[in-house]
Amino acid sequence: MKHFFTLLSHEIRMLLVSPGTYVAATAFLGFMGFIFIAILENYSAAPQDSSPAQEFFQLYFLPVFFMVPLLTMKCLAEERRLGTMETLLTTSVTTTEVVLGKFGAAYFLYLVLWGSTGGLFYILKKFAGDAHLLDPGPLIGGYAFIAVSGLFFVAIGVFASSFSRSQAVAGILSFVLLAALILGSRYLADAAFLDHESLRPLKDAVAYAQVSAHYDDFTRGVIDTRQLLFYLSGTVLALIFTIFTVEAKILQS
Amino acid sequence: MSESIPPAIEVSHLVKTYAGVTAVSDISFTVARGEIIGFLGPNGAGKSTTMRILTGYLPATSGRVEICGVSVAAHPDDIKRRIGYMPENNPLPEDMRVSEYLYFRGRLKEIPRRKLGPRIDEVLELGDLKRVRHKIIGQLSKGYRQRVGIAEAILAEPPVIIMDEPTIGLDPHQILIVRDLIASLRGRMTVLISSHILPEIEMTCDRVLIINQGRVVAQGTPAALRREILGRSIYQLQLAGDPGALPALLTTIEATLHLTAQGEPDAAGFRTVTLTAERDDELGEAILRVLLANNFRVRALSHALPTLEDVFLAATRRSWDAIAAPKRAAK
Repeated sequence: MKHFFTLLSHEIRMLLVSPGTYVAATAFLGFMGFIFIAILENYSAAPQDSSPAQEFFQLYFLPVFFMVPLLTMKCLAEERRLGTMETLLTTSVTTTEVVLGKFGAAYFLYLVLWGSTGGLFYILKKFAGDAHLLDPGPLIGGYAFIAVSGLFFVAIGVFASSFSRSQAVAGILSFVLLAALILGSRYLADAAFLDHESLRPLKDAVAYAQVSAHYDDFTRGVIDTRQLLFYLSGTVLALIFTIFTVEAKILQS
Repeated sequence: MSESIPPAIEVSHLVKTYAGVTAVSDISFTVARGEIIGFLGPNGAGKSTTMRILTGYLPATSGRVEICGVSVAAHPDDIKRRIGYMPENNPLPEDMRVSEYLYFRGRLKEIPRRKLGPRIDEVLELGDLKRVRHKIIGQLSKGYRQRVGIAEAILAEPPVIIMDEPTIGLDPHQILIVRDLIASLRGRMTVLISSHILPEIEMTCDRVLIINQGRVVAQGTPAALRREILGRSIYQLQLAGDPGALPALLTTIEATLHLTAQGEPDAAGFRTVTLTAERDDELGEAILRVLLANNFRVRALSHALPTLEDVFLAATRRSWDAIAAPKRAAK
């Protein structure tokens, strides 16, 4: 792990000097601001049951679907397309270090982008002056959910990027994988064909992998270790598969 | 004394197969320290594969590779610290500045921070890159990019440098600069370069290794290869006189000397003839003496030295024949 920090700081540096990052960040913040305004308009029209933070984080999947593929599609695909993976791996750097460095940098940017939405709540607090709009529970729970689930989502994006030299293919693949995880699990949980008694374990497994159910728990302030384990083990698994994919592609090269 | 220092590169019985296709089949060679060695072969001969195996990037199917006495398969990490490698097409990140890139690579190669700054200045100086040190690599011309690649390869002062086609796509002036750069490493580092540009190899390399279809077909100094592979010399003359008398005269000079081609006489009665002898020592003087004594008028005589190109073509053709022959016999 000697080179992990060299690689991580290099990756983060490259993200920070690239104009694309700032364009993407501005667009992201604009989009999130738009959602936030729409939520606040609902609140001003009629009283609501939940806090604005809860409503806001409920739409987590929208930015995840677009942001994660965009953040991660470049990382390994571009490296392979340019052939710089070969120069990287002919120094005493291991594949694990490369993958973790890429993952770390993408996750860092993911957190920074989500962190910047904190500004929306700050503005609300400053100008609304109404304390009950800013219930700290859902707010902290929401950000905790974003941070924990982000590990898994970004790892899926990095995994997709290891598959192809083409960024477009990597981006679409990670979009599909994320959609399958987030929407597919919700669909399967409701599916009638899993109700048969013999399929009970499968049903349990699907229920366990319900990302939206995890989200509800987090915003209610319940942090379940089983859910933490789900995301952490998912992250580790996705990264291990990424390392295998990268190494397998070298053997074929 | 020399027994105690292992050679820089030692490859024995190296084999590499990809999904049933043999890319490298039973290659063995040794490179002494401080030697510059050229690696020649047609496309798909297994040059790049061999180089990648030497760097530890690809595993070999069988055989043994040692760099400075350390086995590549057993200590890949150790090997990677002893090698500076520039892959085919010299891949570089597009969006970094030259000095940033060298700093990043230096950190990856574990050069201490304290020494890295002066060392970067040194390689920039060597590669004549000082003017572009703050430029973005993606905007550099090919000649500069190539030199950035070479500067990167020698950055950590490894004992062995491996470069895959360092002069491909450069103009003659840039080739000259790159060649001087490589020649300046002579004696300090062992350099293995592959190339298609044969005069290039001939000028910079101490020794040449020709491979074809995954086998070493010839190796030695360019002069030795000429002798070994071609084993004959060619003379071109412009003379006037009776061509019918020539063959008999030639055999008196040297038994194997014979006429291989003759042109039509020009206005002054001179014609161009080509003579070939199956030996490589100088016969020019003897030819002149005999011809003049026999009333031939000679206007010009030249001893055509075969180029490395001829050697390369002959060696690769010979190896194809050798591979094709058993197949034909089996049919």
